[in-house]
Amino acid sequence: MKILVCISNVPDTTSKITFTNDNTAPNTAGLQYIINPYDEIALSKAIALAEGGQGTVTVINVGEAGTEATIRKALATGADEAVRVDAAPRDAWFVANQIAHYAKDKQFDLILTGRESIDYNGVQVAGFVGELLDIPSVSTAKKLEINGTTATVEREIEGGKEVLSIPLPAVVGTAEGVAEPRIPNMRGIMSARTKPLSVVEAIEVPVLSRIVRYELPEPRGAVTLVDAAEAEKLLDLLHNKARVI
Amino acid sequence: MSVLVYAENTDGKFKKPVYEVVSYAKAIADSLNTSLAAVSIGDVDEADLAALGSYGASTVLHVTSEQLRQFVNQAYASVIAAAADKLSADVVVISNSFSGKGLAPRVAAKLNAGLADGAVELPQVDGGKLTVKKTAFSGKAFAITELTSAKKVITLNPNAFELRETGGSAQVEAFQPTVAQGDLATVIEDIVRTTDKVTLPDAEIVVSAGRGLKGPENWHIVEELAEALGAALACSKPVSDAGWRPHSEHVGQTGIAVSPNLYIAIGISGAIQHLAGVSSSKTIVVINKDPEAPFFKVADYGIVGDAFEVVPKLTAAIKARKGQ
Ligand SMILES: Cc1cc2nc3c(=O)[nH]c(=O)nc-3n(C[C@H](O)[C@H](O)[C@H](O)COP(=O)(O)OP(=O)(O)OC[C@H]3O[C@@H](n4cnc5c(N)ncnc54)[C@H](O)[C@@H]3O)c2cc1C
Ligand SMILES: Nc1ncnc2c1ncn2[C@@H]1O[C@H](COP(=O)(O)O)[C@@H](O)[C@H]1O
Repeated sequence: MKILVCISNVPDTTSKITFTNDNTAPNTAGLQYIINPYDEIALSKAIALAEGGQGTVTVINVGEAGTEATIRKALATGADEAVRVDAAPRDAWFVANQIAHYAKDKQFDLILTGRESIDYNGVQVAGFVGELLDIPSVSTAKKLEINGTTATVEREIEGGKEVLSIPLPAVVGTAEGVAEPRIPNMRGIMSARTKPLSVVEAIEVPVLSRIVRYELPEPRGAVTLVDAAEAEKLLDLLHNKARVI
Repeated sequence: MSVLVYAENTDGKFKKPVYEVVSYAKAIADSLNTSLAAVSIGDVDEADLAALGSYGASTVLHVTSEQLRQFVNQAYASVIAAAADKLSADVVVISNSFSGKGLAPRVAAKLNAGLADGAVELPQVDGGKLTVKKTAFSGKAFAITELTSAKKVITLNPNAFELRETGGSAQVEAFQPTVAQGDLATVIEDIVRTTDKVTLPDAEIVVSAGRGLKGPENWHIVEELAEALGAALACSKPVSDAGWRPHSEHVGQTGIAVSPNLYIAIGISGAIQHLAGVSSSKTIVVINKDPEAPFFKVADYGIVGDAFEVVPKLTAAIKARKGQ
């Protein structure tokens, strides 16, 4: 079983997000970068599926040279090889086209992405890749089992879940529940240094959208504290002032 | 030229997010001086379809076929793209529901359209361009995204746009596009719904609790408050990690992002990852025994106190009011 895992390099979840150049670019100064947490789930699942010689795991990242620390971490966690498409990830459409182009003639049985990237949160890449390769995609999987040439996937829906059976090859975007995140051990870290990491050139992709500016949420006013003994007063405020109940 | 909206049904019925997305699409159509059509796939009563007119759809294309009874994103994307072609729609609007998230990129790719996901307000219209404000960095910021392509796909976040009744009735037309066999490869084995409860992503009121509750056996006080308010339940990540509550209730940067009118946080400290997922709530109430809890800094109202005393009191007060 050949598995491709798409990993995105994102600011650590504790990052305070600010912008520069008139709010047109994220301020990357002082930010720590990590593997997108959902992609860690995808990667952990792929490694589990491939364990014991059952398959191979290739990770792919679309990014500039600075993402290699993150890619090495994926190798240390247990991926067999890595590919970096050498380009700034302009948007999900650009990224998906690079991934689909790379995967097109390589006969992957399964392509895993995270449910969403925690920086752009598009939930776009899995669907785009599925469409570009004309294969099924599931965007928010909370369980994934492989039986031969079919995948059984539990997908999140409002207030419940849906169980799907999809023929492979397919693209699955993973969320919590699919696998316990694995962390690299010493042996993994040592072996990661010698695992292959190839760099490929990006293809041209037409621009369909661009981010013109960022905004931060409006700061909230100071909190109005209500005495613990006065539940009634809180209800009055919520009813008469905030008008939410 | 026209605007097309996908009206997603849940077991044959339309729910509030559908009327939100139709109202939103109608407002876009108005700003483009064009009309709004809706497409509905699967069995829905004729009267419910016509009622989409009261939120501004002039026509509803109704697709019923045995093969398309259940949602398969590949097949539904083909149908929506075919409907957009038939109507020469330039803008397709889809709700940012779980199914919508799976659908939108496939529709956009078919139409060669730019995709803006998770819009939080109406787009700015400037000639052929639409500029959409959408959430980014898991709720920590917004990205103002310009769609420069000829066709555009926008998904709308739940609770981001108010219902606007226009009071009309839509013309319902049958629509039977052909769907390739390859698009129907996915088989739906089962759908499990914990019905009759308000669902978290589109709830107007959310009652959420964290590690301050000490253990799952204490959740009844949270459930009773939610019940009294008609609210959906949520929790912090450590709570679902510990198995006290299901993962589907975990909100935050790596969970569900919510934007209810009212978010009540009980025994949650307010870590940056948690706040990211709740920052677009209209009103935030925090109940925490620690006056220094960071959550108070982003709250509108707060009670410093022990949840085990405050919450039952609050529930009783709400019940008393409702009983009057
Ligand atoms: C990669 C990553 C992603 C993460 N993503 C998320 C996410 O999406 N969502 C999320 O929630 N967290 C997330 N976290 C975890 C986050 O950092 C915090 O650890 C978590 O939010 C804390 O949960 P809590 O507030 O329930 O618990 P705690 O931080 O332990 O807070 C408990 C609070 O309860 C209060 N309390 C205790 N007893 C009482 C009482 N009797 N009455 C009233 N109050 C009481 C305490 O004063 C305290 O403020 C993430 C962490 C990482 C590393
Ligand atoms: N630059 C990238 N390189 C490789 N994979 C990516 C990249 N950006 C996003 N992805 C993958 O696509 C998923 C969804 O991203 P998004 O559509 O941005 O929410 C992520 O969880 C990753 O698996």
